[in-house]
Amino acid sequence: MTINQLSIFIENRSGTLIKVLEVLKQSGIQIIASTIADTAEYGIYRLICSEPLRAYEELKNAGVAVAQSDVFAIELDNQPGRAAEAVEIFSKAGISITYLYSFLLNGKGILIFRTDNSELARKTISQNGLKFIAEEDLTSYT
Amino acid sequence: MNQSTYYNPELETMSREQIEALQLERLKATVKHCMNNEFYQKKFKELGITPDDIKTLADVRKLPFTTKSDLRDTYPFGMACVPLRDCVRLHSSSGTTGNPTVILHTKKDLDEWANQVARNLWMVGLRPDDVFQNSSGYGMFTGGLGFQYGAEKLGMLTVPAAAGNSLRQIKFIKDFGTTAIHAIPSYVTRLYEVMKEQGVDPRRDTKLKMLAIGAEPHSEEQRKRIEDMLGVKAYNSFGMSEMCGPGVGFECPEQNGLHFWEDYYIVEIVDPETLEPVPDGEIGELVLTTLCREAMPLLRYRTRDLTRVLGRSCPCGRNHIRLDRMRGRSDDMIVLRGVNIFPIQIEKILMKFPEVGTNYLITLTTEDNNDQMTVEVEVNEGTDDFNKLQDLAAELRHQIGDEILLKPRIRLVTKGTLPVSEGKAVRVVDKRKVYQ
Repeated sequence: MTINQLSIFIENRSGTLIKVLEVLKQSGIQIIASTIADTAEYGIYRLICSEPLRAYEELKNAGVAVAQSDVFAIELDNQPGRAAEAVEIFSKAGISITYLYSFLLNGKGILIFRTDNSELARKTISQNGLKFIAEEDLTSYT
Repeated sequence: MNQSTYYNPELETMSREQIEALQLERLKATVKHCMNNEFYQKKFKELGITPDDIKTLADVRKLPFTTKSDLRDTYPFGMACVPLRDCVRLHSSSGTTGNPTVILHTKKDLDEWANQVARNLWMVGLRPDDVFQNSSGYGMFTGGLGFQYGAEKLGMLTVPAAAGNSLRQIKFIKDFGTTAIHAIPSYVTRLYEVMKEQGVDPRRDTKLKMLAIGAEPHSEEQRKRIEDMLGVKAYNSFGMSEMCGPGVGFECPEQNGLHFWEDYYIVEIVDPETLEPVPDGEIGELVLTTLCREAMPLLRYRTRDLTRVLGRSCPCGRNHIRLDRMRGRSDDMIVLRGVNIFPIQIEKILMKFPEVGTNYLITLTTEDNNDQMTVEVEVNEGTDDFNKLQDLAAELRHQIGDEILLKPRIRLVTKGTLPVSEGKAVRVVDKRKVYQ
């Protein structure tokens, strides 16, 4: 029910992001979604890509501080209010969201989030019949 | 009561010939005394020399050098030349790569040490009527007890205020009529800042007339700034626990170099690579031989401090050698806010954290008159959790702080961007306004 996200340590200095992107480019890996969260000195660059396992290995071999983590990806209709409804469901279930980002893909809204209570999130997604994206679905998007 | 400009008039105003004659006599005695110690016995045997080989002062160059590692290797009491029951005090420096160093003192050693400090303070005009506030760390740090005993020996009312608690320090200065303070330069600056906040004008509200500053590298500009802040003269003090502590060298009112007391020490300046003497005026490593120590005499101790000879006479009437303020180190030791730090101490801590590499870069800066240390470390492992990164930085700061006694700033940087930990990589960048 979850997908593999890569999290990369990015120092706030010019040239650090390009190094990561170069590795992905050389490896022919496509980025589906990505976001940078930052503090004053450094940030975490999170990305969803095609072939996350291979991307992880390539980045690691290139000396990049990268970690894999499982995040939920919910597919929503491209209509106003859908995100609010989804988040309300999680909120009512008592699930706190650590971080969240979203993007549009093939006319669908994709909501990516991480929670500390994955078990409860799985249950909530199933019970409410929310449409989720699984790891194997990723390749079909690219 | 002593009405003289000098605390030890005869010793301080000796001619060069008299100084050198006294040095030779004391050197011979010291070398003989060293033969009570196994370490020196062995060293002499290796070099094929005996105490009888010391016939002139220049023969000091036949003697073996002593290093800080020798002190560590003989930890704790291997450098003693007298039985432990004759020792009354022990000072120890923090352990870095292994054992700490131990310095032992007999009762006479303490008295001679106090005499040197008293001589220095007298030299810059302090008398028994003065009130001396020692705002320096106490405990193992020799700047505490060293100045305490010296100021008391001179006969001053001496306040062991120790470092920190600036509000209380200022209250003491005002209430006790403190006329002289000893502190590390950065703490004097701190005191002044707090005075300003409290609306205390040092010129109007205190009886201060001089400062003794030392144990921390500082430039002439910093000294001038400190003098302008407090409106009094600030005299540079040199000391090191291996010799005794503060007292070894001090500026006279001319403020043109520090007089090193040659009735107590033989001063050599050598090239740190070749260990050959360098000509007067050229910078080299300061090497000191103690001439009056009972518990732990040291022959040709390599201080690792870099300085140069300025002269052997002075308008103040003292012909004891004048040395420039310390210009740096011939090893990688950092002196920050009076604390001695070796980069290896930081490396040792980093090795305990697999999340960071062993590559690191220490940057020293001066911000708002305060010296700061920043340690850059490489993040080795990725994480999705900001808290982990923040906790990592906090834990590094804490553990390094415990090891080196002051907390550095930690900066997490990209893997592979710092100098690698093998070989002669530049590990310390000193941007402080100190050695210019």
